[in-house]
Amino acid sequence: MFQSLSTILPELFLAVTASFLLGFGLSKKQDRSVIVRYTAAGLLVVFGLMGYALDRNPGTAFNGLLYNNDFSDFLKAVIGLSAAAALLLSKHYFQSEKLDRYEFSVLTLYSVLGMSIMVSANNLLAMYIGIEMQSLALYIMAAFNRDSLRASESGLKYFVLGALSSGLLLYGASLVYGFTGSLDFETIRASIALTGATTGVIAGMVFLLCGLAFKISAAPFHMWTPDVYEGSPTPVTGFFAAAPKLAAMAIIARLTIVPFGDILGQWQQVVVVMAVLSMLVGALGAIVQTNIKRLMAYSSIANMGYALVPIAVGTAAGIQGMLIFMTIYVITVIGVFATILQMRLRNGMVEKISDLSGLSKTNPGMAISFTIFMFSLIGIPPLLGFFGKWYAFAPAFEAGLAWLAVIALILSVVGAFYYLRLVKVMWFDEPTREFVRAPRLVRVIAIVSVLLIFPLLIIPGISGGAIGLAEAAAQALFAQ
Amino acid sequence: MLEDLPILSIITFIPLMGALLLGAFAWLGRADGREQLERNAPRAALVISIAVLILSILMTLDFDSAEAGFQFMEDTPWLGSGIEYRVGVDGISVLFVLLTAFLTPFCILASMTSVKKRMLEYMIAFLVLETLMIGVFVSLDLILFYLFFEAVLIPMFIIIGVWGGKNRVYASYKFFLYTLLGSVLMLAAILWIYYYSGVQLGERTTDMRVLIEELKIPGGVQTWLWLAFFSSFAVKMPMWPVHTWLPDAHVEAPTAGSVILAGILLKLGGYGFLRFSIPLFPLASLNLAPIIFWMSVIAIIYTSLVAYRQNDMKKLIAYSSVAHMGFVTMGIFTFNTQGIQGGIFQMLSHGIISGALFFCVGVIYDRMHTREIAFYGGLVSKMPVYAAFFLLFTMANVGLPGTSGFVGEILTMVGAYQVNPWIAFGAAFGMILSAVYALYLYRAVIFGEVVNEKLEGILDVTKTEVFILGTLAFFTILLGVYPSLITDMTSASVEKLISDFNTAQIANPVQAVEGAH
Repeated sequence: MFQSLSTILPELFLAVTASFLLGFGLSKKQDRSVIVRYTAAGLLVVFGLMGYALDRNPGTAFNGLLYNNDFSDFLKAVIGLSAAAALLLSKHYFQSEKLDRYEFSVLTLYSVLGMSIMVSANNLLAMYIGIEMQSLALYIMAAFNRDSLRASESGLKYFVLGALSSGLLLYGASLVYGFTGSLDFETIRASIALTGATTGVIAGMVFLLCGLAFKISAAPFHMWTPDVYEGSPTPVTGFFAAAPKLAAMAIIARLTIVPFGDILGQWQQVVVVMAVLSMLVGALGAIVQTNIKRLMAYSSIANMGYALVPIAVGTAAGIQGMLIFMTIYVITVIGVFATILQMRLRNGMVEKISDLSGLSKTNPGMAISFTIFMFSLIGIPPLLGFFGKWYAFAPAFEAGLAWLAVIALILSVVGAFYYLRLVKVMWFDEPTREFVRAPRLVRVIAIVSVLLIFPLLIIPGISGGAIGLAEAAAQALFAQ
Repeated sequence: MLEDLPILSIITFIPLMGALLLGAFAWLGRADGREQLERNAPRAALVISIAVLILSILMTLDFDSAEAGFQFMEDTPWLGSGIEYRVGVDGISVLFVLLTAFLTPFCILASMTSVKKRMLEYMIAFLVLETLMIGVFVSLDLILFYLFFEAVLIPMFIIIGVWGGKNRVYASYKFFLYTLLGSVLMLAAILWIYYYSGVQLGERTTDMRVLIEELKIPGGVQTWLWLAFFSSFAVKMPMWPVHTWLPDAHVEAPTAGSVILAGILLKLGGYGFLRFSIPLFPLASLNLAPIIFWMSVIAIIYTSLVAYRQNDMKKLIAYSSVAHMGFVTMGIFTFNTQGIQGGIFQMLSHGIISGALFFCVGVIYDRMHTREIAFYGGLVSKMPVYAAFFLLFTMANVGLPGTSGFVGEILTMVGAYQVNPWIAFGAAFGMILSAVYALYLYRAVIFGEVVNEKLEGILDVTKTEVFILGTLAFFTILLGVYPSLITDMTSASVEKLISDFNTAQIANPVQAVEGAH
C-alpha cells in the first residue's frame, strides 16, 4: 500500500492540487487567473523536481499498472519544468487577447498529469488512460480562443485526428492482448519470448506505433501538425511542441524496449521508415512556409524524425541519445516560442516570417537569441543542438544503421536552408515594423533558454552531470 | 615560463571574452551611449587582438621546435565517454595560430575606416571568429575540432550577409550550405571513428593523439572516411570543382572579411588534410593522392585561366587563391619533406600575400566604391606609394624569387617532381599563367593613362594603410629571403608526420588481412 503511494506520489500530488485549484477558481466571482497561473507553475516545478528530490527506490504500484524509476523521474522533471515555462509564457499573451481564464492553468496541470501517467505506465491500459487524459486537455487548449475560427478549426481537427489515433491505439492494444493474454508490459514480453512474434502481435504492435506516431506527429501521420500549430494560440503551440512530444516519444521508447524488446527486428523497420519519412517531410515541407508557426510545425516533424533514429537502435545508448536530443529540443522550442511571444505588434502577434525583417536593428537582443535558436536547430556547434544530434546519431553507428544517420545529417542540410531564411530576414533585411516592448517574464524565459543552449550546458563539469542523468534514465529502462 | 599557464585556452578565449564584454556593454549601456560605444568598439577590439598577438608571440618563442610532439597540452574532462577538452600545438599548428593572431589586428585596423555601419556587431563577429579560428588550430580532440571548424560558419554567414555587397544574400547562402554539406559528411565519418575506436581500442575516444598513434582503420573503410573528410576540407580549401562559392563570397564580403577568408579560413582545409586525413587514413591518402594531384593541377591551370577573364578585381584574386591552394594540396599529398614543408609554407605565405592583395583592393575600393578593373587605370601617377606596394604583392603572388610566394611554390614543385614530373610540369605551367593574370591586373589598374576622370582626385595611401601594407610587405620579403624561420619550426613535426605515414604503409599488408575478416 505505502509502496504504491510512494510510487504515484507525484501524480497524486498533481491530481489533488489541480482539483483544488479548479475549485479555488470556481469558488470566487473575481478573476483568479493570475494567482492560479503562478500557483500552477510553482506546482509544476515542485512536481518536476519531486522525483529526484524524494530519491525513491524503483518500484511499481497497483499490481504493476504504474512504476517509477530514473527513467520516469528524468522525464517528469523535463516535462514539469518545460510545462511550467510554457505556462508562464502564456500569461501576457492571454491577458492582451482578453482570454485570461484560470481554466487554462488547470488544464495544463491535467495534461501534465496525463503525461506523467504516460511516462510511468507499465501497462497498455494505464498508457491509454494517460494518453487520453493529456489529449483531452490539449484538445481544449488548442481551441481555447473559442471565438476564433482558426482556433476552433484547429481544436476540432486535432480532436478528430486524435480520436482516430486513439482508435488505432486501442485496436492495437486489443490485438496484443488477444495474442499474448496480458496488458502488462513485462507479461507481454514474457509471452512473446514463449510464442515468438506471431502475426497478431506484430499487427498489434504496428497499430500501437501508428497511434503513437500521431502523437509525436511523425510522418506519415503528421498532417494535423501544421494546421494545429498555426491555429492554436501561440503559447499553446509552444506547449504542444515541447512536453507532449517528449512524453509520447518516451512511451514509444518504453513500448519498443520493454514489451517488444525481443522482437527488435520487427519494429525497427517501422521506426526507420517513420524516421526517414519525417525527416523528408519536415525538411522539404518547411521550405515554402511563410508562417513562423507552420514552419516550426515542419521543424518539429523533422526533429521527431531525428529523435526516432536513436530509438530505432534499441540500445541503452540509443535511449540515452533520444532523451538528450529530446531534452535539448524541448529547451530550444521553449526558447523559440518565448522569443516569438516577445514580438508583439500593436495590432496583434507576429506570425509571418517577413514580420521579423530587420529585427537585428530594432531589437538586437531578440535577434541574437532567435539566431542562436535557429543555428542550434540546424545543429551548428558549439550550440546545444549539435550535441543533441551527436548523441542521437552516435548510437546508430553501433547498430549498423550508419546509413540512417548519414541520411539524417544530409537532410539536416536541407533543413538548414529554412532556418537560415529566418536568420537572413532578421539580419540582412531592412526593418519594417516596431515591436511593443516585451514583458519581463517572457524575456527572462528566453534568456534562460539561450544561456542553457550556449554556454551553460556545454561547460565542462555541468555537461557531464547532465549527460549522466540521461544515462541513468536510459539504464533504468533496461534494468527493469 | 608558460608551461604552468593554460596559455592556449587563454589565447583562444580572450577574443570571445572581449566579444562578450562588448555585447554586455551594448546590452546594459544606456541608449545614448551607443554612439560612443560604436566609435570605441574597434579600438577595444584592436587592443584585444593585439593582446592575443603578443601572447601568441610569447607562446611561439617558448615553443620548442626540436620536439615533434604536442606542447602546451591541456586536458580537461568535458562530455565524458572519451570526449574531452584537449588542446595543444605542434610545429605545424603553432604557426597557424600565429598567423591568425597576426592577421586579425590588421583586419580590425582596416575595418575602422572601411566599415560604415553597425561597427559594434562587426567587431563582435570578428572577435568571435578569431576565437573559433585559433580553436581549430589548437584542438586535439575530434569533437572539439569539429566544434570550432563548423562554428566558423555562424560569424562568417553574418559577416558576408550583413556587411557584404549587392549579391550578399546569395553569396552567404552558398557559402553556408556548401560548407555545411561538406561538414556533415565529415561529422558522419567522425561518428564512425568514435564508434570504431571503441571496437578496436576497447574504449571510445576522440583524442587525436591516441587515434593517430593507435587506431588502425581497415583499408576499405579508410577510403570512405577519407572521402568524407575530403568533402569537408575540399570545400573549405576550396579545391576545383567545389570552389565556386569562394569568388561569390569574396566579392560580397567586406575587405577585412576577404582577408580573413583568404588568409585563414582557406587554410583550415589544408590544415585539416595535414592533421587528420594523412595521419588517420594513410593508406587511403596514398591511394587517392593521384586524384588530388590532378585536381590540383586542374585547379592551378583552370582557375588561372578563369582569373584572367575577370572584370572584378576581388574575383580575380579569389580565383588566384584557388590556384594557389592547388599548390598546397599538391604539396601536401606528395608525402615527402619538401612537398609538405612547401605546402605549409605556401599556406602561410599565401595568408600574408592574399591578405595584402585584398587590402590593396580595399584601399581603392574605399575611395572609388568599385572593384571593376576597367574603371581604373594610370593609378601610378596618382598613387605612387600604393603602386609600389601593389607591385610587390603582385610579384609575390606570381612567385618572384625573393618573396615568400616563390619559396612555397618551388618547394611544392620540387616535392611533386619526385612523385610525378608531369604534375610538376603542369604546376609550373600554372605559374606562368599566374604571371599572365597578375600582370594583366597590375597593368590595367596601375599603368596606362588615367582614363577615368573620377580618378583625378584620388588620394594616395594613408598612414594606417602604409602601416598595414608595410608590415605585410616586410614579412613577405623576410620569409622570401629567410624561409627557415618557418621550415625550422615545422621540420620536426613534418618529419614525424612522414615517418608515421611510411610506417603505416609498411604495416599495410598485415592490416589488409586484419580488415578482411
